[in-house]
Amino acid sequence: MAEVQSNVPPKKGGFSLSDTKTRGLIYQALTIAMVVYGIWWIIDNAANNMAAQNIKFGFGFLTTQSGFGIIQSLIDYNESSSYGRVFFVGLLNTLIVALIGCILTTIIGFIVGVGRLSKNWLINKISTIYVETLRNIPLLLQIFFWYNAVLKPLPGPRDVHDKGDQLWFSLSNNGLMIPKPIPEGGFWIVFTIFVLGIIGAIVIKKWAFNRQMATGQQFKTIWTTLGLIIVLPLLAFVVMGSPLHFQPGEMGTFRPNAGFGLNVIPEFIALLLALVAYTSAFVAEIVRAGIQSVSHGQTEASYALGLRPGPTLKLIIIPQAMRVIVPPLTSQYLNLTKNSSLAVAIAYPDLVAVFTGTVLNQTGKAVEIIMMTMLVYLSISLVTSTFMNWYNDRVKLVER
Amino acid sequence: MNLLKIAAYTTAIVSASFVATSYAATLDDVKANGAVTCGVSQGLPGFSNPDDQGNWSGLDVDTCRAVAAAVFGDATKANFKPLSAKTRFTALTSGEIDMLPRNTTETLSRDAQHGNFPGVNYYDGQGFMVRKDLGVSSAKELGGAAVCTNTGTTTELNVADYFRSLGLEYTVVAFEKADEVVAAYDAGRCDVYTTDQSGIAAQRTKLADPSAHVILPEIISKEPLGPMVRHGDDQWFDIVKWSLNCMVDAEELGISSANIDEMKGSDNPGIQRILGESGDLGQLLGLPNEFCYSIVKQVGNYGESFDRNVGPDTPLGLSRGLNALWKDGGIMYAAPFR
Ligand SMILES: N[C@@H](CCC(=O)N[C@@H](CS)C(=O)NCC(=O)O)C(=O)O
Repeated sequence: MAEVQSNVPPKKGGFSLSDTKTRGLIYQALTIAMVVYGIWWIIDNAANNMAAQNIKFGFGFLTTQSGFGIIQSLIDYNESSSYGRVFFVGLLNTLIVALIGCILTTIIGFIVGVGRLSKNWLINKISTIYVETLRNIPLLLQIFFWYNAVLKPLPGPRDVHDKGDQLWFSLSNNGLMIPKPIPEGGFWIVFTIFVLGIIGAIVIKKWAFNRQMATGQQFKTIWTTLGLIIVLPLLAFVVMGSPLHFQPGEMGTFRPNAGFGLNVIPEFIALLLALVAYTSAFVAEIVRAGIQSVSHGQTEASYALGLRPGPTLKLIIIPQAMRVIVPPLTSQYLNLTKNSSLAVAIAYPDLVAVFTGTVLNQTGKAVEIIMMTMLVYLSISLVTSTFMNWYNDRVKLVER
Repeated sequence: MNLLKIAAYTTAIVSASFVATSYAATLDDVKANGAVTCGVSQGLPGFSNPDDQGNWSGLDVDTCRAVAAAVFGDATKANFKPLSAKTRFTALTSGEIDMLPRNTTETLSRDAQHGNFPGVNYYDGQGFMVRKDLGVSSAKELGGAAVCTNTGTTTELNVADYFRSLGLEYTVVAFEKADEVVAAYDAGRCDVYTTDQSGIAAQRTKLADPSAHVILPEIISKEPLGPMVRHGDDQWFDIVKWSLNCMVDAEELGISSANIDEMKGSDNPGIQRILGESGDLGQLLGLPNEFCYSIVKQVGNYGESFDRNVGPDTPLGLSRGLNALWKDGGIMYAAPFR
């Protein structure tokens, strides 16, 4: 308040509508009043309606036992777990599909985007068809398509396995069964060495870069990197006596038994495929636009300076393309994350399906649950954009 | 200072416009709209199902039409909003619909949290259906099976209780839409389909080959299905309750849509009261005295509605069972019109 008032010119007579500053203040006050009124109205309306129907506000329900099963959970969960735990199960299910989805989308999007610029007729046409088809079919339809494509042609687990069979790799309408890695004592030492290796490789890379900048001498980091990240941990793994073993799935009466192997459910596979196919088509276009935004003169200039095509791409084209690519790429990541809430259509237990859906249905805590859900998506969005902004700052042109 | 003045002035306007909101009674809203808006299923044959012209029919639809007949004397003044099991209660509490006749099981938590249950229009229980070639004859043999069902239902909870109490492993694949549950079960995603027995009978008709499936003998729960209304409106609760009672009592008194006009001349005082020929029972509810006459004349009594929608001569082929009148060995028992 004090700050605002200090902007008012110390004019005698005060209130005068002909004073632009006063008028500005009035507009601001009215805007604030309208916003406050809006928020007040919403809260008041909700409170009155809830009171009229005897609904109480509070988060106590989060400790109540849920009573229902969830098909996929990355943390311990069963029917006697609380609604609060359902929240985390759903949240992790959303995050895992979003994270893997974003990584695959980026890879495929870049490949297809570059493919659209290819001089090879076939690659060019395939990439164009990929983009034009996938981008224009509604996502929900694609999700159903993949779910049926995954479920319908695959055999039932009982058709291909007998009870008691060990399943090292099995694809059925129960999903994809692969062995579960089980770390043993000593594995964490190997893991620590691996992490240290990565840090070491980064340090060497920095050093090599600085030295090249200072002296012009090049240093091939590829061998030290490989040595630190792959050879060293591998050596440690052998020395520690292979502290990791793989446990296969095991067939039961109807389906693979719970607790054996790693089963990727068909709902996850279908949702992931649909999200990646759909979003990567948009990313491909972004990548193509990014590369095309760098004028051909840049390439020619680079060649004239004696740089080969590889370094030209790496040092000239990509850095300039990235500043066009990164901001819209961020929106695509956010889209993918939000679109993952369509999961409910095919029984994938994401946050919206189990928490905003089932828990809301069972408890009637609409206001609390919607608030929590909104907060989650808002946080995911903010974290993603903060990270991407940080990355964008790094890749954008440093003007000298 | 000016800013303060303006702010104060604005606040005054703002608060003045906050006239204490009075909550209009549902009956007034319904009359103002010219129709009752009912939340129903997204298509459950026998209970609430649209035909290809968008005309709804079913036992639950009849409950809605009965209320329309009671209020307007015209059973066609009813609108239907298809809702998934998951979103139905939010639609009711938010005021999107006036009542929820949607094969909804009465439970304590729903009664306390979501709204009131004026009565039961179908007594049911949860069952299991499996493919014949699974070679299973009892639900107790289903350890390790995958079960397809709807989210936001008692079904989902009962099945968890049942397997847990038997100490059996299971996985539940829960979809929002009933048709997706059926499709996934049909595609082999699950070994078992579970829901209310009436629901199984209805959904079975949608399977590629209904005869390749069997219904297991176990009934694992009580599912009293009935309409719901919002908390806090006693009058509307009573109207829905007595519309249901009207259909049951009419059957008990032998009044049907076919003979109702002859019955009108009856000198049985009970029949005179229920048809509004004597007394002012309707007015006590805020309805026309002949509200029950309109219901039975236009919709039929409970038995007629049952036979037309889910009875032995329909694709569902359900027998009256628990839903027979109390004097015929069932538990359909309505309080008297008096
Ligand atoms: N009576 C149970 C189950 C109700 C329910 O939604 N059943 C499903 C399966 S029969 C259904 O009605 N589906 C039809 C639809 O969703 O349109 C409850 O109230 O929770």
